[in-house]
Amino acid sequence: EKTRNSFLHRLGKAIAGRSTVDDEVLDELEEVLLTSDVGVETTLKIIDRIKLRVAKDKYLGTNELNTILKEEIAALLSEKKDQFDQEIPLDVKPFVVLVVGVNGVGKTTTIGKLAARYKKLGKNVVLGAGDTFRAAAIDQLVSWGERIGVPVIKQQMGSDPASVAYDTVQAALNRNADVAIIDTAGRLHNKIHLMNELSKIRKVIQKVIPEAPHEVFLVIDASTGQNAFEQARQFSQATQVTSLVVTKLDGTAKGGVVIGVSDQLNIPVKYIGVGEGTEHLQPFDKHAFVESFFGR
Amino acid sequence: MFENLSDKIDKALHILKGHGKITEVNVADTLKEVRRALLDADVNFKIAKEFTNSVKEKALGQKVLTSLQPGQLLVKIMRDEMAALMGSKAADISLQGNPAVVLIAGLQGSGKTTFSAKLANFLKRKKGRNPMLVAADVYRPAAIDQLKVLGEQIQVPVFAIEGNKNPVEIAQKGIEHAKTLGHNVVIVDTAGRLSVDQEMMDEIARIHRAVKPSETLFVVDAMTGQDAVNTAKAFNEVLDFDGVVLTKLDGDTRGGAALTIKATVNKPIKFVGTGEKMDAIDIFHPDRMADRILGMGDVVSLVERA
Ligand SMILES: Nc1nc2c(ncn2[C@@H]2O[C@H](COP(=O)(O)OP(=O)(O)OP(=O)(O)O)[C@@H](O)[C@H]2O)c(=O)[nH]1
Ligand SMILES: Nc1nc2c(ncn2[C@@H]2O[C@H](COP(=O)(O)OP(=O)(O)OP(=O)(O)O)[C@@H](O)[C@H]2O)c(=O)[nH]1
Ligand SMILES: [Mg+2]
Ligand SMILES: [Mg+2]
Repeated sequence: EKTRNSFLHRLGKAIAGRSTVDDEVLDELEEVLLTSDVGVETTLKIIDRIKLRVAKDKYLGTNELNTILKEEIAALLSEKKDQFDQEIPLDVKPFVVLVVGVNGVGKTTTIGKLAARYKKLGKNVVLGAGDTFRAAAIDQLVSWGERIGVPVIKQQMGSDPASVAYDTVQAALNRNADVAIIDTAGRLHNKIHLMNELSKIRKVIQKVIPEAPHEVFLVIDASTGQNAFEQARQFSQATQVTSLVVTKLDGTAKGGVVIGVSDQLNIPVKYIGVGEGTEHLQPFDKHAFVESFFGR
Repeated sequence: MFENLSDKIDKALHILKGHGKITEVNVADTLKEVRRALLDADVNFKIAKEFTNSVKEKALGQKVLTSLQPGQLLVKIMRDEMAALMGSKAADISLQGNPAVVLIAGLQGSGKTTFSAKLANFLKRKKGRNPMLVAADVYRPAAIDQLKVLGEQIQVPVFAIEGNKNPVEIAQKGIEHAKTLGHNVVIVDTAGRLSVDQEMMDEIARIHRAVKPSETLFVVDAMTGQDAVNTAKAFNEVLDFDGVVLTKLDGDTRGGAALTIKATVNKPIKFVGTGEKMDAIDIFHPDRMADRILGMGDVVSLVERA
């Protein structure tokens, strides 16, 4: 509790007895944002917006500044409405989800947690072991499948991931499943052949269901710095990312980079990962997320 | 949008042009740009500030030689300063004892298991050692299988105790086993852990005490942002590690976390990971890293043009 609100405390001190938001206050703010990975450009954008608001609204006290601040940051997080009004729309079956991202961010684990969540919502889920490259990636997903009681469609290590994706969607149709979630190997976005492979996976899925994949999750590790921008850009280009999932928010990293990513690429954040267990996935709450910047 | 340092210096050079020497006024804007570029490269906020301050100290009042423009001089100062911070030469790994024990630790997904196997491969092929790997991650699904598959690829045996949930015991037994089989290096792969997870940090401390490694390596993802400072500090407090491994440098990240960690805990970066394959390991080159963080490949050509 002592360190909690340290920013608010500092901010309070910086503005005590002042009637305007001066440079000192803005410097404090800048530091909080930059040390949360918000990035220079987005930070300057937020500060400019605060300045404007303050000039217009005639700033009064710490509380007001606080509120303004949180509003402005929240406003940057993409307002783009989720295209579906439910987590799994009733009229889309099977709902096909493709999960992509750079190496080690938490794709496979997120799939395990998502499957558990969807299952709890009463859905029949099928998983596809589309990472046929990384050592024991298939075993890892199979082990998740066993843990939550969900079937995993797989082939041999080294086989074509597009073919696994095809099998998975086909199996979901055959079994009358509600949801199919397809894992992919981690890949760095500057490797063109690996990005092309993703585009191919997408195309092959569309051979079975032209509208699929209905959801493409780009998983971002909360500790990632400014490289997340390039990740989002390149993965969007290759697979038309629909939403972000931010993982590992149970650590000290605040994941501030997704504010800028969400703003600039207009991609909403849909879930956050807060641990390694089955239950450690939560729907994204903008205000709680912003709050965590200043609370810790 | 995502300007790199060279673009920014390019602009700043115009500001400096026409001045005979570097003064407080003409250097301020440039350094502000540099600081922002460092932040864009994921250098920690405070460290970026310290860096630009020390560059300023060094730059102020320096007479610009006829052969150098003020901008060139500033770039040279920055480059020297960055290189000095990153360390002057590659630091070696210490393999004392028989077997020598290497302990691998770090956050989830940073690349520990992959690096453990790469290191075993490196020591076997390049240093003529006879390594064994120990699978001490008892949590992550299929972590043991993962190490076993990699061990098979590189023809290095992997010690594991199926069903055992005690990593301290596994590590100790692994070392005993290595002794009887005559392996002279044992590399212990451990589970990923967050620095705020007290139980897991206690566990790695216990493993560390039990195996008495001659080398403890902290593995970090090169894409890490501002959090690098917290993690490096926390792991260093518990392990007093000997060196750092920077993974996934085959990406396009500038890798400012490298500077952050070096400046925070003052431990050398010893290896880098440059891919998923078993031979994608390199010893660390401080000068190359300095240039990468500064975006220097571009800057040098820029200065040559100036
Ligand atoms: N603390 C924490 N750990 C997580 C979270 N999500 C995933 N992890 C851990 O991060 C590590 C990597 O997770 P994976 O699911 O294997 O990541 P991935 O993206 O599938 O990795 P690759 O397939 O190798 O690219 C594992 O140790 C997970 O347990 C999270 O929200 N919090
Ligand atoms: N491109 C690239 N990928 C890497 C590198 N090092 C590791 N990886 C990949 O990063 C992902 C995570 O690597 P792991 O070795 O499983 O990481 P870890 O730290 O053992 O993960 P946990 O045990 O879950 O904490 C895998 O997909 C690896 O193939 C590297 O240098 N470059
Ligand atoms: Mg995976
Ligand atoms: Mg591992």
